[in-house]
Amino acid sequence: MFYPCIANNALYKMRKSTLFFMSIAVQSVLLLGAFTHAAYQRGRDASILGETVALVKRLDLTDLCLFTEARYTRHPTQADLHSPFQDHPMSLEHFPSGSLLAPRKGIGYR
Amino acid sequence: MGNWFERQRNIIDFTLSSLVRRKGKNLALLLVYTLLVFLLASVMFFTHALRKEASLVLQGAPEMVVQRMAAGRHELVPRRYLGMIKGIKGVSGARGRLWGYYFDPVMSANYTMVVPEDHPLGAGSISIGQGISRSRLARVGDFIPFRRYDGTPMVLTVREVLTTGSELVSSDLILVSEGDFRKLFGMAPDLYTDIVLSVRNAKEVATAAQKVQKLLPDTRPIMKSEILRTYDTIFDWRSGIIVVILSSAVLAFIIFAWDKASGLSAEERKEIGILKAIGWETSDVLLMKFWEGAAVSLSSFLAGVLFAYIHVFFTPVMLFEPVLKGWSTLYPSFKLVPFISPYQVAMLFFLTVVPYTVATIVPSWRAATIDPDSVMRS
Repeated sequence: MFYPCIANNALYKMRKSTLFFMSIAVQSVLLLGAFTHAAYQRGRDASILGETVALVKRLDLTDLCLFTEARYTRHPTQADLHSPFQDHPMSLEHFPSGSLLAPRKGIGYR
Repeated sequence: MGNWFERQRNIIDFTLSSLVRRKGKNLALLLVYTLLVFLLASVMFFTHALRKEASLVLQGAPEMVVQRMAAGRHELVPRRYLGMIKGIKGVSGARGRLWGYYFDPVMSANYTMVVPEDHPLGAGSISIGQGISRSRLARVGDFIPFRRYDGTPMVLTVREVLTTGSELVSSDLILVSEGDFRKLFGMAPDLYTDIVLSVRNAKEVATAAQKVQKLLPDTRPIMKSEILRTYDTIFDWRSGIIVVILSSAVLAFIIFAWDKASGLSAEERKEIGILKAIGWETSDVLLMKFWEGAAVSLSSFLAGVLFAYIHVFFTPVMLFEPVLKGWSTLYPSFKLVPFISPYQVAMLFFLTVVPYTVATIVPSWRAATIDPDSVMRS
C-alpha cells in the first residue's frame, strides 16, 4: 500500500543521524529550559520564602510540617532519639514516616 | 573535518538502523533506562530541594530552645526557670513557649496548637493552617469545636487561614490565645511547654547552652545549628527509604549494565562478523558500539531527568506522596522551590551514562578483535 503523506513527509526522508541529533538537541534545549525555569521560579518564590521565614520567626517554629502522624516525626528536632520506642518496654517504632527519617547527629546525646 | 563528520554520521545512520531492527528489545532497554534515571533524578531533586528549603526557612528558628526533661520525657517548664535563664550573662531575651498537640477524633488528625507571642485575634479566635482548612472544610467565620482536658466542649472561631505559601511549616497549625490554650489543656498559669532564648553574641550560643545546663541540670538546650543540621541529614542519601530506593535502582542498573558487559547476543556477534568480513576495521565497530551506547544512554538520560523535573516541581510528587503521607490524615500540599544545580545533573550523568557506555564498548571490543569467520560460524 502506498501512503503519499508518509512518503512525502520530510521526517521520513530525513537521515536517521539528523533525527538523532535533532532529538538530542530538543531534549538538551528542554533541559536548559528546566534550569531557566528553576532560576525564574526561585526568583518568583523568594518573596513567599521570605514570608515563611517571617512566620517561622514570629511563631518561633522549629520544624517543617512534613509528617503529622507522630510527635517525633512532626517535630524531629524537638524529640529524643528514643521517642519512637518509649511508649512501652519492647516498643517498636511503627509509624511509616519513621522509616523516612534518618537518626540525626548531635541532639539527644547530651 | 567534513569527511570525519560525514563518517560519524554514516556510522550513526547504520547504528540507528541496527537498533531499529531489534526495536522490541531496544525500546524495552530505553524504557527501563529512562525509568532508572527518572527514579534516581526524582529522589535527588526532591531531597535536595527539601533540604535547601528547610535550611532557608529555618533560618528564622529560635537561637535556642530549652526543654525540661523528667524520666526521659519532656516535662512542662516552671516560670521560675524563665527568670533564671534570663539572668544568665549573654542571654539577651527569653520567653516561655506554649505549644502542644491536639488529636481531632473527627478527622483522626493531629493538630499543632501554638500560642504566638502576640496573638492579634484575641480570646475565642484562632488562625488555622491550610491543611486543617482543607480537611475540615473550615473557612474564616466558621466555628470549630474542641474537647477540653476535662471533656467539656470549647468552640473557637476561625478568624484567619494561614497562607498557602507557608504550608510547608504551617499546614497543621492552630494559632490560639494563651488563655484558650491553658483552658483547653488545663495547664497551670506558671507553666510553659519550653523556653526559647536569644543570645547577644551568636558565637556564644554554645557557651550559653553550657551555662543553661549547668544552672538547670534537668534541662536540655537545643541550638539552632542543631535544628538546621537535623534537616540537613534528615533526607540524606543514607536515610531510611531513600537508601532503599537508591540501592534498588543502583542494583537494577548494575544488573542491567552487567548483562550488557557480559556479552553480546549471537545475532549481534554475527553482525559484527559480517561487518568485519566486508572490510570494517575494529575501530569502526567500536565507534558503532560507542554511538549505540551513546544514543541509548543520552536519550534515556535526558528524558529521565526532564520527567523527574516535571514530576518533582510540577506535580505533587505523585511517586513519593503515598510514602511521605504514611498514616497522616493531614499532609501539606506544598510546592517545592526548584533548587537544582548543574552539579546534580553532572553527577547523575557520570553515575548512569558513563558506566553504561563503557559497559557496551568492552564486549564489542572483544567481539571485534576475533576472527570474523569464527564469529559467523559460531
